[in-house]
Amino acid sequence: MSQATAEATLPFEEALAAYDPVLGLEVHVELGTNTKMFCGCATAFGAEPNSQVCPVCLGLPGALPVVNEKGVESAIRIGLALNCEIASWCRFARKNYFYPDMPKNFQTSQYDEPIAFNGHLDVELADGSTYRVEIERAHMEEDTGKSLHVGGSTGRIHGATHSLVDYNRAGIPLIEIVTKPMTGAGERAPEIAKAYVATLRDLLKALAVSDVKMEQGSMRCDVNLSLMPKDSTTFGIRSETKNVNSLRSVERAVRYEIGRHAAILSSGGKVTQETRHWHEDTGITTAGREKSDAEDYRYFPEPDLVPVAPSTEMVEALRATLPEPPAARRKRLQSAWGYSDLEMRDVVNAGLVDLIDETVTAGATPAGARKWWSGEIARRANDAGSDVPTYAASLAVTPAHVVELESLVTGGRLNDAMARQVWDGVLAGEGTPTAVADARGLELVQDTGALQAAVDKVIAANPDVAQKVRDGKVQAAGALIGQVMKEMKGQADAAAARQLILDTLVG
Amino acid sequence: MTNELITASAADLAARLAAREISSAELTQACLDRTAAVDGVVHSYLHVDAEGALAAARAIDERRAAGESLPTLAGVPIAVKDVMTTKGLPTTCGSKILEGWIPPYDSTVVTRLKAAGMPILGKTNLDEFAMGSSTEHSAYGPSRNPWDLDRIPGGSGGGSSSVIASFQAPLATGTDTGGSIRQPAAVTGTVGTKPTYGGVSRYGLVALASSLDQAGPCARTVLDTALLHEVMAGHDPMDSTSIDAPVPAVVEAARRADVSGMKIGIIRELTGDGFQAGVQQRFDEAVQHLVDAGAEVVEVSCPSFTYALAAYYLILPSEASSNLAKFDAMRYGMRVAPQGIDDPSAEQVMAATRDAGFGDEVKRRIILGTYALSSGYYDAYYGSAQKVRRLIADDFTRSFEAADVLVSPTAPTTAFAFGDKIDDPMAMYLNDIATIPANLAGVPGMSLPSGLAPEDGLPVGFQILAPAMQDQRLYAVGAALEARLLSAWGAPLLHSAPDLTAAGKGA
Amino acid sequence: MSELTRADVAHLAGLARIELSDDELDKMVGELGIILESVATVQNAPIGDVAPMSHPMPLVNVTRPDEVRPSLAAEAALSGAPEQDQQRFSVPRILDED
Repeated sequence: MSQATAEATLPFEEALAAYDPVLGLEVHVELGTNTKMFCGCATAFGAEPNSQVCPVCLGLPGALPVVNEKGVESAIRIGLALNCEIASWCRFARKNYFYPDMPKNFQTSQYDEPIAFNGHLDVELADGSTYRVEIERAHMEEDTGKSLHVGGSTGRIHGATHSLVDYNRAGIPLIEIVTKPMTGAGERAPEIAKAYVATLRDLLKALAVSDVKMEQGSMRCDVNLSLMPKDSTTFGIRSETKNVNSLRSVERAVRYEIGRHAAILSSGGKVTQETRHWHEDTGITTAGREKSDAEDYRYFPEPDLVPVAPSTEMVEALRATLPEPPAARRKRLQSAWGYSDLEMRDVVNAGLVDLIDETVTAGATPAGARKWWSGEIARRANDAGSDVPTYAASLAVTPAHVVELESLVTGGRLNDAMARQVWDGVLAGEGTPTAVADARGLELVQDTGALQAAVDKVIAANPDVAQKVRDGKVQAAGALIGQVMKEMKGQADAAAARQLILDTLVG
Repeated sequence: MTNELITASAADLAARLAAREISSAELTQACLDRTAAVDGVVHSYLHVDAEGALAAARAIDERRAAGESLPTLAGVPIAVKDVMTTKGLPTTCGSKILEGWIPPYDSTVVTRLKAAGMPILGKTNLDEFAMGSSTEHSAYGPSRNPWDLDRIPGGSGGGSSSVIASFQAPLATGTDTGGSIRQPAAVTGTVGTKPTYGGVSRYGLVALASSLDQAGPCARTVLDTALLHEVMAGHDPMDSTSIDAPVPAVVEAARRADVSGMKIGIIRELTGDGFQAGVQQRFDEAVQHLVDAGAEVVEVSCPSFTYALAAYYLILPSEASSNLAKFDAMRYGMRVAPQGIDDPSAEQVMAATRDAGFGDEVKRRIILGTYALSSGYYDAYYGSAQKVRRLIADDFTRSFEAADVLVSPTAPTTAFAFGDKIDDPMAMYLNDIATIPANLAGVPGMSLPSGLAPEDGLPVGFQILAPAMQDQRLYAVGAALEARLLSAWGAPLLHSAPDLTAAGKGA
Repeated sequence: MSELTRADVAHLAGLARIELSDDELDKMVGELGIILESVATVQNAPIGDVAPMSHPMPLVNVTRPDEVRPSLAAEAALSGAPEQDQQRFSVPRILDED
């Protein structure tokens, strides 16, 4: 779809041999409040166009904003979760620029007085090490409307004859979270960028402040990148790549921009300070608006809103509502579950922590929960291009199923091989484990008479082996167990069969 | 002036309506008849809603006939300044850019007028977006001063001042950003109050400068002004800057008219040099009347007032440049295609529309404000102005420690002639020198007539200023002064204004 | 203070999205120069360590509960639109990207 052609890039390793990347990320999160930031309009996604608008969010003459109290609380909770200081007094500011999807032609935002500032977020990398991302600020603002570009061939803005604007999204609360420039990341810069966004997403999810759906735009990421020569400590000129909206893209965009900057710099060129557009399909960025002196937002304190001055009591009360930080929770669970580092990392990477936690809480063993959730269902989810929690939810397979399955095994009704068959049935939608076992007639034979008969028959057919066992070579019983199981068509407990053979032969 | 209904006070009319001596329909019709007779020469209205006003009047008459207990001013008609939104009635703000716009919502003030049972006669003229002191900046032509049709009725609320001075309505609403209620009252021999900032909701008032704008009442007597003040004022959750406290007891204060023991502070910086001789003379006489009524006079100094005009003409344009950005031809109002451009962009249409739709004064102030906020100049201009604003507020605080109210002439001169200052913006701005400090500090102020200047026979205004949320003091002092002046004059000042029906015939 | 040039005014008019004609620009440069000279006197006030004042009243923490209020009907929302299509505001093509 992208008509733009890729610019020259230097291979990643070559780029990093000569330059150190300096990375900055700006993440916009749409809060999951019931109403907009400055008016009482609903925020539901996917409503009829212009059906969730009022004089305030349409910017009609005379309308005035009033702050959503939940928006402020969410902003403070996010700030606290990011280990930020919370401003004791701060104001909103108007960011003035003209754009048709912005009804007032200014965005109500915060400028030099953000509600939260000077924080950090520790990010775990694949090798188990931790990188601390310093947080510059988190501030409150509002979203814009959405434009539909008409008349062009591709629905893109270029070539469009006109645009159709829906203001339902205008005024939805946004929190913008800005990192300080990250230095010293080197070749790990793409991984760190991705891990930061993933960690932030998990944190916001745990806070229950947003649905953080990158694919629906409720979490959006801008990547700022510059390079400095290895021997330098002066930051280079940066590019701002806008709307990089998946974890994978964040990693790719950083990697691409490192290569692109390096190509320019190594050929003696100068990087242009500009906005770049990310193209998901081709994995490249293209030039957007050039940042120049013409860009002058003329910020000033919003006179229509009074300052926000959260009391210490309010901040502490909100701090008390914070959930356990995801990293601390993972450490706690790993120790409680007795998983090795490798096992835990696999579980985390597969997004299974919550599911296993629920399953263990519901009564399963940690080992059992891990075994069932990371086995066959993980393979199927992967084939379906999904993840286990989403896939399980789509099949209506729940932690209770795993608990039930495990109890059928420990209760002696199923052996392991049978349990796997039952799980297949559960995943195939045949019902609960018990229902599947019943329907498929899967049950260890409990009738010792039938087992005794099978044992007697096998002993009779193998007198030499039986004699070895009688002579004390207990391990020879293995050959007999296999035959007994065959006689029983698998529906026997191997341990019980072994015991019966020994009882019969040795007494 | 054949129909005495049109010259009666609102208080008197309310009493007669309550006693069912007159009907609201009869009274409203009398006002509309007067408009038909004189507004051709006065041009107070931009839009008259005869049908709506009469329907509202009849509805009130029916409710009264049914024995319903009604608010004090129920049935008394009112004119609304065309800067307040009225659902279903055009709201132009005196600008071409909003020609034909019919808001889908009522301002809070209008909602309150309707709830009080007051028929709305129409929308009154103003300088475009309330920027001016003469109505010469209205895109629809100026209103005229009933005392001399060649002179200005003040501004921006010249439509509201002239509509009551010409007996077309007993009451009108105004808005006051730097004197737009008080200066028109002064030059037309009427009464007007700018309440404490936050005393009356700004919701639905098309913003000029958000931190300065305040709506208030316009009438012919102090008591009428108080009655309307009480209807308009009170906390509104739709306006974040609205004060959540009981409305000061303005009506009670106006009825008691007691100044005994009060300390009246004369502001040294707002008397003497620069004030027309007759204006100063009437001011001095008024002060003597207050002394005779038992008040004590002190002199106070407000040195920072010297910088008030400069600070005001930075803060106002800055806020206005942002407030008026929303008029961009995208969602409502005028849309103009630029000449000589095929297939213009949104940006080009915005720029062409704003050039065609805004008048010179509006453009001047928008560009001035854009400059004052722009990067590199913010601190020197907007920032310094905000500091001066603090100094002015401090001057008031100090002065109110020495005096209960402060007084000055409302305007330096009586009504000037059309054209006198239209080409000299600074001369026009100087007209507001005495009224501006109250807006910068947020304190309440009132203007009431103190007589006619001997040299030109035109009305002179007397300004009273009180501490924030002490609006009732304006009415105590205003009513006491009014009573003494009335007994000195023998009849209300407006009774000596020329007969407009004769002028109408002559024109 | 630096003088306000014709180019400055043209730049400001661009920021403010007003397409001034040449005549308007000429007139504006002169008028704004006079006004600016006058308003620049704020810098002469004794404002050294004075805290700027953005709001006339010292209110803080005015919020509303996160409860949905009725929106306008789409028809009312679009009632003033110069052009509309598919229940949306129709605007000319948008040149700049953001």
